Amino acid sequence: MITPVIETNALAKRFGRTWGLRDCTLSIPAGKVAALVGPNGAGKSTLLRMAAGLSRPTSGQIKILGGVPSAGDASLLKRVGYLDQERPLYKGFRVDEMFRFGAGTNPTWDMTTAHAYVDQLGISLRDRVDKLSGGQQAQVALTMCLAKQPELLILDEPAAELDPVAREDLLRLLMREVAERGTNVVLSTHALGDVGSICDYLVIMSHSTIVLADDLDFVVESHRFLSATSSNAPALPEGVTVIDTRTSSRDVTHLARMTLPLVDETWRITEPTLDEIIMAYLRLGTGSTLSQSHYDAPTTRGGVS
Amino acid sequence: MTEKQPSILFRLDPRSGIAPYRQLVDQVRQAVEMGRLRGGDQLPSVRDVVTQVTINPNTVHRAYRELEHLGLAEGRLGLGTFITQNPDVHTTEVGNAELSRQLQLWVQRASAAGLVDGDMLELLRRILNHDERVLS
Repeated sequence: MITPVIETNALAKRFGRTWGLRDCTLSIPAGKVAALVGPNGAGKSTLLRMAAGLSRPTSGQIKILGGVPSAGDASLLKRVGYLDQERPLYKGFRVDEMFRFGAGTNPTWDMTTAHAYVDQLGISLRDRVDKLSGGQQAQVALTMCLAKQPELLILDEPAAELDPVAREDLLRLLMREVAERGTNVVLSTHALGDVGSICDYLVIMSHSTIVLADDLDFVVESHRFLSATSSNAPALPEGVTVIDTRTSSRDVTHLARMTLPLVDETWRITEPTLDEIIMAYLRLGTGSTLSQSHYDAPTTRGGVS
Repeated sequence: MTEKQPSILFRLDPRSGIAPYRQLVDQVRQAVEMGRLRGGDQLPSVRDVVTQVTINPNTVHRAYRELEHLGLAEGRLGLGTFITQNPDVHTTEVGNAELSRQLQLWVQRASAAGLVDGDMLELLRRILNHDERVLS
């Protein structure tokens, strides 16, 4: 079996008195573009920072590309490209100066690729980083990651705050990299629309832990809406787990996960979209189910984002 | 960099609820049915598709495998994926015309029965989804 790109076992991280991440067991296979989705504070950045070797677990284990990521293991970390939400760039630098800095600190740096990418994006090597638009800065930051020719790219909300054209350009750049070099990608995002088109592995996080992690196709295939008239709703079939329930004056509809192909004559069965499945998980335990008539106080969560 | 124009421009609607690989397969099949793609035409490389539309390359591979499975396309080692010489599309142009006529008749009957456009689309969507509410 091929080594998973990220593998964790009971991984946990505590910040003072709050858990940023707990009981996180995960195995993301090689050859995937994996999406981490979840509300702010769910632990996505905490997990990605530990994967990038920037933060150490409080307990449990994490391995990337088969090795333990730590600041001391340069030979492992040079195989990884990590892009922070903040997209750190030296603002006073020109693009070519950033690239020379990248080449000096990364033995696998590919200057031809770096030049070709910014050229296609209409960015001049002479441009100063702080004079570029937000979208162009994001593209330069991603180019810095790609020019390292990493085996694993870890991207924390790479397209957040970008206008639609800039985000499209950025994601295409990323997809072309995957097509040409087979780079493994793990990214966090709030844009559910992107998940279905660019990702093929899904990790849903909530309340500092993982609630679902699987191949995207399997996620879609293993969830169904089950509807019935509420006054005489039949018993739920065996092997289904209800994730979310909506009620109207007449009908009850469950979004359920199934372990087996469902053969059932008593419920009306329809296929949910990927967005509907993800939203149902994100609503879990938040008290924000629309069918509830009363208002639940917002759940308090750990203070990290 | 080749300047060759792609044989087909794909579109992707992330909100349609239809799996992206299925959207690509459907677009190729429609292009073959309408004669916009012919036997021997080369489909764009995976790399070209991911620069046309923002899509995971694995999804494009999967769509092309499905097209091969359907007998619509064939992979040629080291060359790319091509439309087969006599693609087996189920509906010929004659068949399409006949289906259109039947559908027009059905729409007239549905209008007479008081259905508006949205009702008809919903009914069709349910039938395509095998929703048993309309099948009983």
